[in-house]
Amino acid sequence: MSAREDTAAEVVSPSRTSWTAWARYRITHTVPEGQWLPDRQPAYVASWIYVFGMATLVSLFIVIGSGVVLAIGGSEWWHTSNVGHYVNSVHLWSVEIFFAVMAIHLWGKFWMAAWRGGRALTWMTGMVALLAAVGTGFTGYLSQTNFDSQWIGAQAKDGLNSVGLGAWFNALNPAAALTLHIVVLPLAVGVIVIMHIILVRRHGVVPPIGAEEPTP
Amino acid sequence: MTTSTTPSKRGKRYTPDSHSFPTRPYDLFKEMVIAGVILLLLALALAAGFGSLDEKAITLQDWAKAAPFDVVATATGELAGTTSSAGYGPPYNNASDGQKLGPLSLQKWGGVRIPVDSAQDLVLTPLESGAPDAATKDALAAWKAAAADQQTAWATAYGDALAATPDGDPTTVAKGDYGPVPVMASSFLTLANSGGLEQLISPNSYGGDRTKQLLLLSDGSYLEDQARARSLGGDQWGMMNEAGNYPGQVWLGMMTFWYQIPALGGSDNGDALVWGATVIIVLAFLFLPFLPGLRAIPEKIPVYKLVWRDYYRRQKNKK
Repeated sequence: MSAREDTAAEVVSPSRTSWTAWARYRITHTVPEGQWLPDRQPAYVASWIYVFGMATLVSLFIVIGSGVVLAIGGSEWWHTSNVGHYVNSVHLWSVEIFFAVMAIHLWGKFWMAAWRGGRALTWMTGMVALLAAVGTGFTGYLSQTNFDSQWIGAQAKDGLNSVGLGAWFNALNPAAALTLHIVVLPLAVGVIVIMHIILVRRHGVVPPIGAEEPTP
Repeated sequence: MTTSTTPSKRGKRYTPDSHSFPTRPYDLFKEMVIAGVILLLLALALAAGFGSLDEKAITLQDWAKAAPFDVVATATGELAGTTSSAGYGPPYNNASDGQKLGPLSLQKWGGVRIPVDSAQDLVLTPLESGAPDAATKDALAAWKAAAADQQTAWATAYGDALAATPDGDPTTVAKGDYGPVPVMASSFLTLANSGGLEQLISPNSYGGDRTKQLLLLSDGSYLEDQARARSLGGDQWGMMNEAGNYPGQVWLGMMTFWYQIPALGGSDNGDALVWGATVIIVLAFLFLPFLPGLRAIPEKIPVYKLVWRDYYRRQKNKK
């Protein structure tokens, strides 16, 4: 690499011609230096409520992990195998835990008015992640291939059809529900959660309501 | 680090940069691992202690054996065009426009993308392709030879006669002009009892689409009876409930709630109205940061003082 190229690699503003330089600038400047994985937080971050954001993330990992094992076994494995049934139970309860800690996280952020200071998009990506997770949970229930999924499908079709969505997503097709459940929607949840975390790291944890600018 | 605070000169709603505050050690990785271990153990324990519900799916054969009169009444209803699926509208057929949300015919606009002819697809095709006996062949021939009005008159009269019996028993139906319908309905029950009806209804016996089988089952009363017995009806909070004591989709509570209001849940356009109400709530939450009044609620009800009590105590001590 020439000296000229070395110098070019240190540009601090996005190049007008190089897509690579533009991408590098975006990646390195989206989050302030040292804030991707900080080992310190503002002193006001001192409450149990902060734990529930991390709890939501790790419970999502457990949901995905148990779901991957179920996917390897196949859609009907859990009906015929004790091990499969237990893994399905872990998946179910991890989902319940996921939504429980996410609800606490959401309401915690609501009462902290955590959208302040340019964090509206952080709040909105969190809400979209919740909606995507609700859709993922719903398609999971639809793809159980048992009485529960029959009844949920029979009822849900009326709701979806009433606003035209049923023409595009058939609640009476458990195979379609399963593919959405294990591929499309988890991918959507994953992408949105990553965006949410990037925004959290970009802006930092919202200061207390009424806090004033600290001066040295 | 020694710092003090100065009154903001940028207005009451100004929020300072979080990176300008004094910091303290905070181990995110340690938090992640500890939370992960605790929640994993909790999930493993709950799974071991309570398991998960798995009631076998109802087959059409199960239905025929448990509620044969319901199968006969449903087959007759499909031929008469009086079942839910026969008069549904989009996405299955054009029998009606479906539900509306105010002036918006969203169901109609979705279009007929999953075409289902209830009489043909759910009853006649299985009867024709299920190796019918001579009596059934004759009945099918008589049905096909009749005009549409005659077909409807036969099936409607037989359906009414079945409904007039104490329990829907076809052997106790009053005499009348039902044409070939009684033979067809009886043959349909035999077919369902044999266990082969699912395969005859499905266009692809190796596929996972169960639309037509479930539409047929839903047109009867047996499926709903089973669900209601488990407190899973729409007016029983069934959308978020699970049978027994298992937790269901609690997160659908914001939608299920509206079904419990008679003006919404009991309306002919109930599903669409519930969607409308839910979308309004969801949009309000989504755009909360931009909604004056709503976004100020946390400042009016100071729960935040609990969250940041250490910070406020330190600030008070400084003053």
